[in-house]
Amino acid sequence: MTQPLLQLNDVSKQFTLHERGGLELMVLESVSLSVDPGECLVLNGPSGTGKSTLLKLIYGNYRANSGSIVLRRQGRAALDLVRATPQQIIALRRDSIGYVSQFLRAIPRVPALDIVAEPLCEASGADALPIEVARDRSRDLLTRLGIPERLWGLPPATFSGGEQQRINIARTMIRPRPLLLLDEPTASLDQGNCEIVLDMVREAIHAGTAVIGIFHDQRSGAAVASRHIDLGAPGSNKCLQMSY
Amino acid sequence: MNACSTEPLLRVQGVSRCYGTRAALSNASFELWPGEVLAVVGESGSGKTTLLNIAAARVAPDSGSVHFLVGPGQLEDVHALSEARQRLLARTEWGYVHQNPENGLRMEVSAGANIGERLMAQGERHFGRLRSIAADWLARVEIDADRLDDSPRTFSGGMRQRLQIARNLVTRPRLIFMDEPTSGLDVSVQARLLDLLRQLTQTMHLAAVIVTHDLAVARLLAHRMIVMQQGCIVEHGLTDQVLDDPQHAYTQLLVSSVLPP
Repeated sequence: MTQPLLQLNDVSKQFTLHERGGLELMVLESVSLSVDPGECLVLNGPSGTGKSTLLKLIYGNYRANSGSIVLRRQGRAALDLVRATPQQIIALRRDSIGYVSQFLRAIPRVPALDIVAEPLCEASGADALPIEVARDRSRDLLTRLGIPERLWGLPPATFSGGEQQRINIARTMIRPRPLLLLDEPTASLDQGNCEIVLDMVREAIHAGTAVIGIFHDQRSGAAVASRHIDLGAPGSNKCLQMSY
Repeated sequence: MNACSTEPLLRVQGVSRCYGTRAALSNASFELWPGEVLAVVGESGSGKTTLLNIAAARVAPDSGSVHFLVGPGQLEDVHALSEARQRLLARTEWGYVHQNPENGLRMEVSAGANIGERLMAQGERHFGRLRSIAADWLARVEIDADRLDDSPRTFSGGMRQRLQIARNLVTRPRLIFMDEPTSGLDVSVQARLLDLLRQLTQTMHLAAVIVTHDLAVARLLAHRMIVMQQGCIVEHGLTDQVLDDPQHAYTQLLVSSVLPP
């Protein structure tokens, strides 16, 4: 029997808005779930039910108010992200958790080729690759994702939404990690590119990656899901809508 | 960043400083690991620069201590060192980049001499080697090699700031302190400097404390950040946690007051 790679127990997240007189918004309440290696959990529910918030909690971008988020690590002690130090979270992101956010955060002046290659070069100690080897892998991925070669040397700030999203996917996929978090990775892609990305996700799952994903359409989610969780279902997690 | 490090490179513990009756800094503590970049943000007068200067042994704290890892397992109180040892540390293991490059450069000597100074202080006397290292560093900070013999007075603000960085990094320090390194520059020039700093901190495994009021600078460069208000550290954490999920009322105000960084 496989052990879960990731285990969430009673995770709650509320935001306190000090500029709104201390208004408290409960976004996730007592969420418990687990994900095994080679499994793809798709999060369903209308917008505002905390799907992205859940991914951000698992990535250590948001801080949970209570509960635990425990990630099992190869050959090392499991780690609870809720209690991890910043140094531990940085190491987890490098070695254990890949995250495709909704939008690419472009870095001024850095060409697409190097933005994609970077995660392989900043790896720790002996497994860091020289830049040229990393760029070769970057070229392979950009080719597969249909980014025209004339764009590789340009910073992605001026790229279209769909191009930026594919750069973001390539940047995460170039460094396979045991847990992959996907926040609407195909939202601004055309049919053909969408299929390519879904193929890549399926390959990762077959290779043993545990995936938690949010997809903008049911069809894409169904194409990769081994299990669904509905965050918006009445009574399931008592998730309230967050509104600004 | 080296996650395996078990010892901080710098440990600042409970430092306070008053100017007259005004408390500029109250009981501030932080640690910095090798290769880690820490941003200190907050409005003018919040104590950012005082904290930086105490950490860099340029200003003595009224209370509290600053320890630096001088060798494996060897943390030394930098304010207890002799002035001679403080100076040695400042020009070998540390760098300090001023907001205004004129304060960190020797304006009356050439760009090459500015870069060579720290090397000469360490005993390098070979003119040809000094020149070739200086030329190499000019190239690394994207200044044409034919400007080697020119005075920094003939340089633009962005070039002067890059020269100041080269002058500091030539001895390959382990830690660099920076006080608003980009704030005097045009936006177009800032991007170039930020990209350069990002590359240099990564490739040289350089730890840095960067004081800035610009949250986008913190987002781009820093692993962790500290938020200061009225001389106190009100929040600290991973840069993206603090910016995306700010907990303290002041941090929330700060983050919501600017365009998304």
